[in-house]
Amino acid sequence: MIPEFGHFALILALGLSLALAVLPAIGVVRQETLLMHSASSIAAGLFVFLLLSFFCLLTAFVQDDFSVTYVANNSNSALPIQYKASAVWGAHEGSFLLWALIMSGWTLAVATFSGGLNLDMKARVLSVMGALSVGFISYLLFASNPFERSLPFYPPDGADLNPLLQDFGLIVHPPMLYMGYVGFAVPFSLAIATLTTGRLDAAWARWSRPWTNAAWAFLTVGITLGSWWAYYELGWGGWWFWDAVENASFMPWLMGTALIHSLAASEKRGVFKSWTVLLAISTFSFSLLGAFLVRSGVLTSVHAFAVDPTRGLFILIFLVFVIGGSLLLYAFKASGIKSQASYQWNSREAMLLVNNLLLVVATAAVLLGTLYPLLYEVLTDGRKISVGPPYFNRVFVPIVTLLFLVMVVAPHSRWKKTSSNLLVRQHWPYLVAAPFVAITITLMMGLALQWIAIGMETLALWILFLLARKWWLSEFRISSASYLGMLASHSGIAMAILGVVVTVYYSEGRDVRMAPGDVVTLSGYEFRLEGVSRVQGPNYVADQAEFHITKSDKEIAVLRPEKRYYSVAQNVMTEADIDPGLFRDLYVALGEPIGDSAWAVRLHVKPFVRWIWFGGLLVALGGFITLLDRRYRRITKTVGKLVAGVPA
Amino acid sequence: MKFGKMKSHRRNRLLLVLFLVATVGGATTFTLLALNENINLFYSPAQINAGEAPINRRIRAGGMVREGSVKRSTSDLGVSFIISDLKNAQVTVEFEGILPDLFREGQGVITLGELNSDGVFIAEEVLAKHDENYMPPEVADVIADAHGEGQYSSGSYEATPEDEMPEMKKVEGI
Repeated sequence: MIPEFGHFALILALGLSLALAVLPAIGVVRQETLLMHSASSIAAGLFVFLLLSFFCLLTAFVQDDFSVTYVANNSNSALPIQYKASAVWGAHEGSFLLWALIMSGWTLAVATFSGGLNLDMKARVLSVMGALSVGFISYLLFASNPFERSLPFYPPDGADLNPLLQDFGLIVHPPMLYMGYVGFAVPFSLAIATLTTGRLDAAWARWSRPWTNAAWAFLTVGITLGSWWAYYELGWGGWWFWDAVENASFMPWLMGTALIHSLAASEKRGVFKSWTVLLAISTFSFSLLGAFLVRSGVLTSVHAFAVDPTRGLFILIFLVFVIGGSLLLYAFKASGIKSQASYQWNSREAMLLVNNLLLVVATAAVLLGTLYPLLYEVLTDGRKISVGPPYFNRVFVPIVTLLFLVMVVAPHSRWKKTSSNLLVRQHWPYLVAAPFVAITITLMMGLALQWIAIGMETLALWILFLLARKWWLSEFRISSASYLGMLASHSGIAMAILGVVVTVYYSEGRDVRMAPGDVVTLSGYEFRLEGVSRVQGPNYVADQAEFHITKSDKEIAVLRPEKRYYSVAQNVMTEADIDPGLFRDLYVALGEPIGDSAWAVRLHVKPFVRWIWFGGLLVALGGFITLLDRRYRRITKTVGKLVAGVPA
Repeated sequence: MKFGKMKSHRRNRLLLVLFLVATVGGATTFTLLALNENINLFYSPAQINAGEAPINRRIRAGGMVREGSVKRSTSDLGVSFIISDLKNAQVTVEFEGILPDLFREGQGVITLGELNSDGVFIAEEVLAKHDENYMPPEVADVIADAHGEGQYSSGSYEATPEDEMPEMKKVEGI
């Protein structure tokens, strides 16, 4: 019965989302307050029913109801309970239910926390969000229903959750990612709503900022967790692969980053307004495009996704409708938006413009590399290609290097115009100090001097020093949460740059053949294989190796990497073992047994690799800190006044 | 209007447009060059046997790993195996390193590497999917081509999760 309840709740939710899309809109057209007021309660109802539906699916998983096809495909009675729960979003249908649930959560949040937003505007925004929900929920119901039953002949036990996904990382990673993807629907809906009124002012930008920052911070957490998960779970020791699915999450992040910066300029100086609207539309469009790429199967050659053509077609139509519709609206309405303020080339406005330009170019480069195999196949009548990571590295790295250069200067420049003298005076001590520190630390760690690495480290340290100086000059009392958040996020980026550069240039790794008693030395660490034994896990058996790692005859760590055999799905999985450290990770993964009790073994020493994820989390933290800004709460009141009286 | 007397905001706008054009143009050229150098064409065993694939260039090749063809070195991580289209065409692949968890005889794989003049494919990367029921579409096509259409399809597996990364990739980051 419970799956039917869930299904029914989903149908009711579809009805409510239709109501949310239509009723407030009618209210706006006819200026009927009652209909406009209805938006909030419908939004609440929508959230409740989706939550109910979600809990029904959760219950089906926990109770091992294998008559539900989705449960049977993605769970097993022997699966540990926490993974039964996370298996709800472990595959396509359930993860899309989570997506729709999160969408309704953001909708409810807008309905609840939009205190000062005037009634007309609020009704418009919620109506747009309702329309998006209609799309998502009908997709769920008609093309990927998680509650479908396989009665009367259902399997006695489930096919099990993919072992790679039986991990803490997967419990947290998708919800965070979706919070980000779907969160961008808020600035999108506000942009659309504002376009329909034809008036964009500073208050609009101010209202969008906290929502954009929140969505962006969630997406940052999601991407960071994904990278971390790939590092320890996939057994390769890599942390970014330029895989189509990663790119799908990275593109909205890049656009979101551009949006955050251009919103700042729009709010503070009233510039780039129509550009900002376009960015708000594009950012969410990239989220949808990501969903399309991941779920439609068009990029199967690189990844395993749903290959049901109806699904792809459905999302494509939705995509064309949303993106096409909003761009059309933009084309008709944006000409009325004027940005008045003027600024000089060395002003903060100009630097934010360059920031936006570079981020958009970077996104375009990633998009091209991601879609090129598809284009090529169409243009050459079925010829298949892949675009390798070298392309992405070659194009992306120079663009972001320029971006980092701007990032050094921009936070310390002024609106309208920055005196060049001031810039030079501010910067030269740090420009001297940064390479000095970079070289000293490299030599102290006993590493070889690599000039590109030193150059990038200099850039990162330069950014860090200047931010620290700001903080120091304010005597650690920065009152504006927005400003503090910016400092934190920028420092996070600098930390991540340091992590990436040091890891890329100074990691050592080898694949070797090792038998018990063998010793391999890497970066001064001696890895000794003691032996391999059988261990029993809850739903797998594993070969577990024991490595003793010593440096200068001192024991540093004992690592026990595993090769697991999941009996239900007949899957083999590499479980690497890592000795983490602030300055270096020791990483051991088992390959396969290759005779004479020898094993193929992968060994890595990765200096500073953790800085990548600490940096990422600090970036996200910065985004969350900005939400505490008191201005956002106070100023929402003014939006109401400003937008009030605008003709419908 | 003379350039020198152009109003400052106009001049600014002109500079901005020039700057944009130069940046976007430069970036596009650079990007397309990089793209051109880094695409890896896919060749089937039949195409390789027919001599259609270039020698000593990075390409991809794929097919089914033939049963009983996997041979390991006894001293290092070297391994060789044969990929076929389940008909006549077959190519020997040599690889040094750790094979992916789901590499198995009788399953589809895709390899990235270079073909040498002896017709042996020297792989630097071997990709196998982590889904049992999955056959890479390239490999499915290879087999369909060899046997006439419609016998095999790549679309017979269920959606795998939001698996953000396949285990098939093993390239270090940026």
